[in-house]
Amino acid sequence: MELLLQQVMAGLAAGSIYACMALSVVMIYQAIDHLNFAQGEMAMFSTFIAWQCMQWGLPYWLAFIVAVVVSFIGGVLIERVLFRPIHNAPVLSNLVAFIALYGILNSGAGYLWDFTIKQFPTPFGTKPIFANGLMDAHEAGMIGVTLVLLALLYVFFRGTRLGLAMRAAAANPESARLVGIRVGWMTALGWGMAAAIGAVAGMLIAPVVFLEPNMMLGVLLYGFAGAVLGGLTSPGGAVAGGFAVGVIENLAGTFIPYVGRELKLTIALILIVAVLMVRPSGLFGRNVVSRV
Amino acid sequence: MIKLSRRSILAAAPAALALRVYPACAKDYGPGVTDTEIKIGNTVPYSGPASPYGTIGKAQAAYYKMINDKGGINGRKINFISYDDAYSPPKAVEQVRKLVEQDQVLFVESPLGTPTNSAIWAYMNQKKVPQLFVATGATKWNDPKGHPWTMGWQPNYQSEGRIYATYILKEKPEAKIGVLFQNDDFGKDYLKGLKDGLGEKNAKMVAVEGPYETTDPTVDSQIVSMKSAGCDVFVNCGTPKFAAQGIRKAAEIGWKPLHVLSSVGNSVGAALKPAGLDNSKDIVSDFYLKDPTDTAWKDDQGYKDWVAFMDKYYPEGDKTDGGNITGYSQAQTAVQVLTQCGDNLTRENVMKQAANLKDFVLPMCLPGIKLNTSPTDFAPMKQVQMGRFDGTRWQLFGSLIAGAVEHT
Amino acid sequence: MTVQSEESVTVPTAPAVTDITVTRPGGLRVTARHLLIGAAVLVGLILPWMVQSFVMFQLTQVMIYGLAILGLNLLTGFNGQFSLGHSAFYGIGAYTAAILMSRYDMNYALTLPAAGGVCFIVGFLFGLPALRLQGLYLALATFALAIAMPQILKFHPLEGLTGGVQGLVVIQPDPPALLSFLSSDQWLYYFTLSVILVMFAAAANLVRSRTGRAIMAIRDHPIAAAATGINTAVYKTLTFGVSALYTGVAGALGALAVAFVAPDSFSFLLSVSFLVGLVIGGVGSIPGCLFGGLFVLYVPNIAESISTGLAGAIYGAILLLVIFVMPSGAAGFCRYAVAYIRRSRTPRNANQH
Repeated sequence: MELLLQQVMAGLAAGSIYACMALSVVMIYQAIDHLNFAQGEMAMFSTFIAWQCMQWGLPYWLAFIVAVVVSFIGGVLIERVLFRPIHNAPVLSNLVAFIALYGILNSGAGYLWDFTIKQFPTPFGTKPIFANGLMDAHEAGMIGVTLVLLALLYVFFRGTRLGLAMRAAAANPESARLVGIRVGWMTALGWGMAAAIGAVAGMLIAPVVFLEPNMMLGVLLYGFAGAVLGGLTSPGGAVAGGFAVGVIENLAGTFIPYVGRELKLTIALILIVAVLMVRPSGLFGRNVVSRV
Repeated sequence: MIKLSRRSILAAAPAALALRVYPACAKDYGPGVTDTEIKIGNTVPYSGPASPYGTIGKAQAAYYKMINDKGGINGRKINFISYDDAYSPPKAVEQVRKLVEQDQVLFVESPLGTPTNSAIWAYMNQKKVPQLFVATGATKWNDPKGHPWTMGWQPNYQSEGRIYATYILKEKPEAKIGVLFQNDDFGKDYLKGLKDGLGEKNAKMVAVEGPYETTDPTVDSQIVSMKSAGCDVFVNCGTPKFAAQGIRKAAEIGWKPLHVLSSVGNSVGAALKPAGLDNSKDIVSDFYLKDPTDTAWKDDQGYKDWVAFMDKYYPEGDKTDGGNITGYSQAQTAVQVLTQCGDNLTRENVMKQAANLKDFVLPMCLPGIKLNTSPTDFAPMKQVQMGRFDGTRWQLFGSLIAGAVEHT
Repeated sequence: MTVQSEESVTVPTAPAVTDITVTRPGGLRVTARHLLIGAAVLVGLILPWMVQSFVMFQLTQVMIYGLAILGLNLLTGFNGQFSLGHSAFYGIGAYTAAILMSRYDMNYALTLPAAGGVCFIVGFLFGLPALRLQGLYLALATFALAIAMPQILKFHPLEGLTGGVQGLVVIQPDPPALLSFLSSDQWLYYFTLSVILVMFAAAANLVRSRTGRAIMAIRDHPIAAAATGINTAVYKTLTFGVSALYTGVAGALGALAVAFVAPDSFSFLLSVSFLVGLVIGGVGSIPGCLFGGLFVLYVPNIAESISTGLAGAIYGAILLLVIFVMPSGAAGFCRYAVAYIRRSRTPRNANQH
């Protein structure tokens, strides 16, 4: 029983990473209607920028703000320069553009900062907050920040005019234009916000997994899985999905005899696909109804 | 192309590998050699998930540049051609074929990775091109009978695993062991060595096997399982990132086992420091190369030479990265072989000289370690020494331990 | 005489006729397209005598990747089902061939249909639950397959069959006695070329047939297709099976060419390569697949030769450039170019009368 509890806690702690990433993924999906393969690399690059600022002597919070602002601007620029010219191209071409962006950011980070792992500080400290240290202050802080971000996004999208405009621009660009929304800039804004959220996610994740150019690949995979499990139209679902993936994977690895250890990722993914069989739009996603 | 002389054709017979060095009075050239140049090939992952190892290739290239600046080997400059194989076996085959068939290199030096080397193994031996000092510790490279053109370099993983087993049996004969290892050939080789070293009756000592994939973000779950199962020995065979995660998580959950760390993940700068130097106290590991981040070597001449080399020829290289020592040392071994060849630079003689290293000392190997090869022994480095971390640096203890596992 | 030929050229229905693929009884239409294909095959036949052995190895791989991409194209390009899991089918095909050859001493030529058969079954079985999933959710499900494959191949209890993490060595086939003047590499090249020709022709045939039209209808207007009586479920799962078959055969050929299979060769990164090849070649274009294969093999080498440190970044930059210039891939670009040339010739025709 104790092991179960411990693994659930460890799963939640790992899941907080995936939830953060999943939120970022769904955020950009809602803004641009595409899954961004390069989301993880953008987050990683932003974290490196923060790290570099700290190497140059800036204190943590200043570096944090610099990284978020630079990421926001970077996201807007990427949309304007790279994706605007091809937004009429087929979906798959856009996908390849994301893959290209992945390559550029990953290779660039490796070139600039090397592949040795680096420590990244946490503003929350590392004091364990449960007796046997299964969750420390940082991991709890990460969960807290993710939930706060989720709440802020919810309020933004449902309660503000700008949020409504962004949702309209993503859902139905033609109609949105007709009511006077500047769809192009809404998309750019969406990218900027997604990049900024990604930066926050990266800076929360790096203290746990150590900062290096390849740190986000696994996180992105699990983040995607969590986002899809929860439903790509539901930020709350994505967060729940992220936690679920963390816990499922840990439990599968520990308790399924013989196969669990070696195949835990496979088992987690099979479970997710099974869930999708029953609820094809994810646990909390809305079924998209299209007119014939 | 310079024609091969009759003598070198005779030398191609495997029996000739057992002959002693004959005087190199005439010039004998294999492919890729002229009076002024020797072409050497290499493949390393410069891209893809294994790209951290790309620095090994860059360090080698820098070393050869230094040798060329000093006049080359016996008056010939080294033309080092290194291609990216992205750690992918099909790509490795493609690049090695390019090296052999288009670039016409004399031999391929230190291709990296077990699956990639496995993929080119048959080809290299079929084409009779030396596959020297492969940058992987898998045990199968020491096979002079079956694969006379392939030679390993570093102490192999199974030997290391056995050495850990011997150490554990001595220190904690009733232990429960948890093993963290990468779920691929190199990780499984360590596990096999450990289990073989423990022997049949002690196999049950391994209570928790904790494999991880390189795409796993953390290894927390494995560590938690080990503590939960009551393990009191932790054999940590992870690469630096995962080894560090293991060390840190163990400390975080208050688990204090006898911690045996493999040589792959024991760099102070690349693994212990991020994990926390305090968390790393009393960890035991094995070494064959000097750790560049260990202040113990501060005044050592070999270390100082290496730093000077890095400063001048590879300034953008990371001096905390053990890969830069591996590449440097591998290149030095190749240079020794070429020097021994003199003017007889055929592939057969290169292989013969590689199988003829006698007490060769590498400046960045631990003091006392000597490379030895013979026609029946293709494992140049067999010795390691154990060390314990005292919170600031590694303190070596005991004497050099030898252990070469023959190809099974 | 010139007046007569002018008249025949200016018959208004002439441009339309060449586009319709109605076969006339007894006639053999030789169009520009046929000439191009014939020329390409001819070049393919004489290439081995003009290039070095390892370039032949590369070209063999180009054809193999082209075939694998064709498999993906059938599913994603022609049927609209998004798959990120074709590396799994490629791996299954490769391992089937490797296991049959090394453990059961099967003749290498027989391993191709065996690999195709196994993959068809797996693809079909996977297509069944895939019916419930759309778009990105299907992408994740196929992605899960791609990620699971290396893990399954490394799985300890299966090691006796698969060789586990060490992989399996495959012996490269020798040319048959009749053609013993060919080297092993040349024979493999011609063998692959013949397989490619047969399978590409079959795919082209499929696409132009009623079945092909049904498949494409499902892609474009699934609801309308169902309304006209097309059994979408059957077509979709069969397409999944056929697509997996094509990529599986490519995998088997790949195992023969590289002479080695290992679990980590078949990771999801390979799926990503297939996707890139598909898009660059042109989604929904059969000859485009070969261009995609060419791109996926050679462009990383080009990027590497420019800078080893930033190879990935340069590759990404080249990808972006190609997408900007040819958003619909090479095939789309060719179509655009041909249409442009045709358009610039019509004023002449229009002014005739």
